[in-house]
Amino acid sequence: MTARDIEPGDMVHKGHPVTVDRYTAGARLNHWVTAASLILLALSGLALFHPSLFFLTGLFGGGQWTRTIHPWIGVVLFFSFTGLFLRFWKANLWAREDKAWLNRIRDVLTNHEERLPEVGKYNAGQKFIFWGMSFLVIVLIVTGFAIWDQYFNNLTSIPVKRVAVLTHSIAAVAIICIWIVHVYAAIWVRGTISAMTRGRVTGGWAWRHHRKWLRELVSGKRGG
Amino acid sequence: MFPPIPNPATKPVPPKFGEQDLIRRSASRVTPPAQRQTEIAKLIDVSKCIGCKACQSACIEWNDTRPEIGVNTGVYDNPHDLTPNMFTLMRFTEWVNPETENLEWLIRKDGCMHCADPGCLKACPAPGAIVQYSNGIVDFVHQNCIGCGYCVKGCPFNIPRISPVDHTAYKCTLCSDRIAVGQGPACAKACPTQAIVFGTKDEMKHWADLRIEDLKSRGFQNAGLYDPPGVGGTHVMYVLHHADQPEIYANLPKNPTISPIVELWKGVAKYAGLGVMGFAVAFGFLHHLVMGPNRVTEADEANAENLTGGNPS
Repeated sequence: MTARDIEPGDMVHKGHPVTVDRYTAGARLNHWVTAASLILLALSGLALFHPSLFFLTGLFGGGQWTRTIHPWIGVVLFFSFTGLFLRFWKANLWAREDKAWLNRIRDVLTNHEERLPEVGKYNAGQKFIFWGMSFLVIVLIVTGFAIWDQYFNNLTSIPVKRVAVLTHSIAAVAIICIWIVHVYAAIWVRGTISAMTRGRVTGGWAWRHHRKWLRELVSGKRGG
Repeated sequence: MFPPIPNPATKPVPPKFGEQDLIRRSASRVTPPAQRQTEIAKLIDVSKCIGCKACQSACIEWNDTRPEIGVNTGVYDNPHDLTPNMFTLMRFTEWVNPETENLEWLIRKDGCMHCADPGCLKACPAPGAIVQYSNGIVDFVHQNCIGCGYCVKGCPFNIPRISPVDHTAYKCTLCSDRIAVGQGPACAKACPTQAIVFGTKDEMKHWADLRIEDLKSRGFQNAGLYDPPGVGGTHVMYVLHHADQPEIYANLPKNPTISPIVELWKGVAKYAGLGVMGFAVAFGFLHHLVMGPNRVTEADEANAENLTGGNPS
């Protein structure tokens, strides 16, 4: 029997404490390339979004450079994120316990972990971040090409560009908000960040937050 | 005949307007000057235009642009559209008047309208790349331009063009550099039929009234002035023999306004966007302040060790 939320490389190591491999070196590298791109995109994009943030163009060598480089970073993010999507989509499919977890969102926010159902590698909140970002990355790349006038000016008409630039900015605000939630959750839930820096978490962390996943790993249900 | 602007003195004169006369500056706040200059305007009388393109030549010459040699595709428009090197363009339309069955050759000189409410300036993210003087001129300041093309999206008349050479936006300046020293725009100077005249906005409106009266006496019942209120009026105005249907003049918009999508993007979205992001950050801080971190306990670790079979290996 296979569990779809077990990803290649996920493994439990006995010890004191128990350690659990959560992300391979490839997944971590892929994540950090995406993270760096997203931050650079947010900074360069916000510089052009609100006049009071225009000073951020200084980070990129001025307004002309910011305008030039932003879309290229977007292309890097798109391919990098596609890598993450292919790695993680299966473990982010909706599971039966996600509804119960969401119904108890109040307990999630008040640190009452013990009242929550056991969840797999990702809880419903993490799945929301995954699918939300996936959707918004597609919206951003499509609308981004529509307003990448230096190379694709003739692809779209001005009325289409107006809709695209508005949609692009709203989608950007949404993905930045999701990113804030993502970063905050990693800080709030202690012991999480090592998953993306060293690739592993402690057994206690896995027991507390992703018990179903830990049980699957221990009982040897290999991922499909 | 409208009195033409006299030739200037040969001695250098200080500019008549400058930084101190800005009433709008893109992506910035300006304190409006206490003393406003008289609004100026260019009046283009379409009924008097003979399509000679002297205005285009004068524009090229004064602004020292070098449009590419084009190709003929069977219409008189040359080049076929405004370009970063062609700030004004005669657009030719062959229109059959359904009432008289007459073929009318409509020739409209296209270019920046110098709106009182400029969509390009509102859309521009670069501080000081687009400015509006109290005399009504909307001008692009190239050293501040970042070439993003937002002005193209903001403009209700499809006027600005981005240069692929220096990646900045170009359009008619209303010859701000000539007007600053008491001359009229180059196109007006060159026009052999006075289809283009230049003066204060009030003078131009008055002159237009006389022209419209004349046109009406010649049977153009719908002759009128094109000074669209949707953009607060313009500082380039047309006298049209068919002012009731401006769209027959190569799609001159009937009631141009800044697109509501642009207004939304540069209005509510700009502030709400920052607000929502700020709220997300504040929520994180407050949540951590009130609820504290979610820590793994000793018991959790013990449970994990039990689950994996107890003893360390």
